Amino acid sequence: MAKSDAPAAPPAITADRPPGRLESFITQTFAVAAAEVQKLRHDPIELLTRAVQPVLWLMLFGEVMAQVRGVAPGNLPYLDFLSAGILAQSALFVAIFYGISAIWEHDLGVLQRYLVSPAPRSALVLGKALSAGVRGLSQAVIVYVLALILGVGIDLNPLAILGVAAAIVLGSGLFATLSLIIACIVKTRERFMGIGQVLTMPIFFASNAIYPLSLMPGWLRAVSHANPLTYEVDILRALMLEKGASEYGLPLDFAVLAAATAALVAVAAVMYRRMGY
Amino acid sequence: MRGALADGLLMDANTNKAATAVEITGLTRKFGELIAVDAVTLSIRQGEIFGLIGPNGAGKSTLIKMLTTLLPPTSGSARVAGFDIVSAPAEVRRHIGYVPQLLSADGSLTGYENLLLSARLYGVPRAERAERIGRALARMGLNEAAGHLVSHYSGGMIRRLEIAQSLLHRPTVLFLDEPTVGLDPGARETVWERVLDLRDRFNRTMIVTSHLMDEINEFCDRIALIDRGRIAAVGTAAELKARVGPGATLDDVFIKLIAEEKETESGGSYGEVRRARRAARDHG
Repeated sequence: MAKSDAPAAPPAITADRPPGRLESFITQTFAVAAAEVQKLRHDPIELLTRAVQPVLWLMLFGEVMAQVRGVAPGNLPYLDFLSAGILAQSALFVAIFYGISAIWEHDLGVLQRYLVSPAPRSALVLGKALSAGVRGLSQAVIVYVLALILGVGIDLNPLAILGVAAAIVLGSGLFATLSLIIACIVKTRERFMGIGQVLTMPIFFASNAIYPLSLMPGWLRAVSHANPLTYEVDILRALMLEKGASEYGLPLDFAVLAAATAALVAVAAVMYRRMGY
Repeated sequence: MRGALADGLLMDANTNKAATAVEITGLTRKFGELIAVDAVTLSIRQGEIFGLIGPNGAGKSTLIKMLTTLLPPTSGSARVAGFDIVSAPAEVRRHIGYVPQLLSADGSLTGYENLLLSARLYGVPRAERAERIGRALARMGLNEAAGHLVSHYSGGMIRRLEIAQSLLHRPTVLFLDEPTVGLDPGARETVWERVLDLRDRFNRTMIVTSHLMDEINEFCDRIALIDRGRIAAVGTAAELKARVGPGATLDDVFIKLIAEEKETESGGSYGEVRRARRAARDHG
């Protein structure tokens, strides 16, 4: 913490001396995410409306599919199997429409306020990714409560929960950044809505979210193996559930998510400046 | 590339009132075939309130977007606060404030939270944030509303908040793109009072666009008339009016000098009309 040694009542205006690069990068990134937390605090109703979808999936789809034997591997009840997938899905749905809010901010003018600041574009993009992570975490709380009510065997070990939180933040950040890149390309809400719909379906269905990859034909299994959501779900299944286990190993899962997020943030940082045009 | 020239400019900026704040040389921006800004050359002095006027779509906003580093130029160059907009955009951004034409304060945050976000993005030291935000709120007359959501603010309050946001990092050059659009006369008056106060007190340079010739006439030291991407005339209001004839108003200047160049109508593109109306509605 450097003490400010500014002279009393400077005669002329002077711009702030920039603090250390890393320090200001972190401050700027968290500033964007902090604003998101403040928004959620002002409008918590939005969180409740977001809860509807996971409720429907677990209570309608889940309860019926639970009657079908042999979908979930081993002795894992289907509802348990599904709850991890639905957690990943609800975080995905929140994240994938993040680009819409970027277009909205662009149309309003709010985005220009970010872009004329000296913050590196990568800090702004990473801040948005982190914001999506915050929203993803709020989804996780909802799905956890719901799963507990439905009698899913949830692992409440704090370390496991911490691991789930990390996976959710990474996964949400990843898909939000992908969404941001698409927003920078299409630039209008109407076009984005179409693409968002087209995108969420394959990401969701070509993954292990609601059925194991072993039930898939070969080509679809190959696609699912290239889908980051599969690795996010794999982490969630291992850490969220008492009886769950990872198929690919947590180190690989986390490595895939982190690498994909880093690559997307790098691309988005270049694209994001185009939003100022 | 920076070297002695930039240093000289900066030193002047601190010591000499007549120093150059913005130096534009042959700045050009093309969008495909369209030349939005066409080889603009212009010099704006430290402490000047400089007005940019011209028809919709004349290139005022494109020019400002380039000077604020939001948009890269196609060719030409410009120095703002002593820094090159192409080779040192981050330094330019550190030294300028920008109040865009569109609504830039976030309606789903409070006034205080908007200012806090700006303070953090601009690297205002943590120890000074609360004090500077407090002072900015007081100066813009927003103390009581600081804890309210901006979506409940009036148009004039939002504009003042946006000005406060753009000043937290103590910029030397401030860009105000139609700061009074959609405001009632009382709110317009207050915005201008604050702008003049900021210039008088800190010798800040202000670059202002407006379609209201009255306020440009009253408040701007010098004016540039921009038409089809080019500078059609530069000077004080008196100088411009003298070019048209005795008893001329700035409105006459606008109409006469633009008409001399072309006869076509000007109402802006569909997109601009939509943006302007949306801005007017949101501020209204």
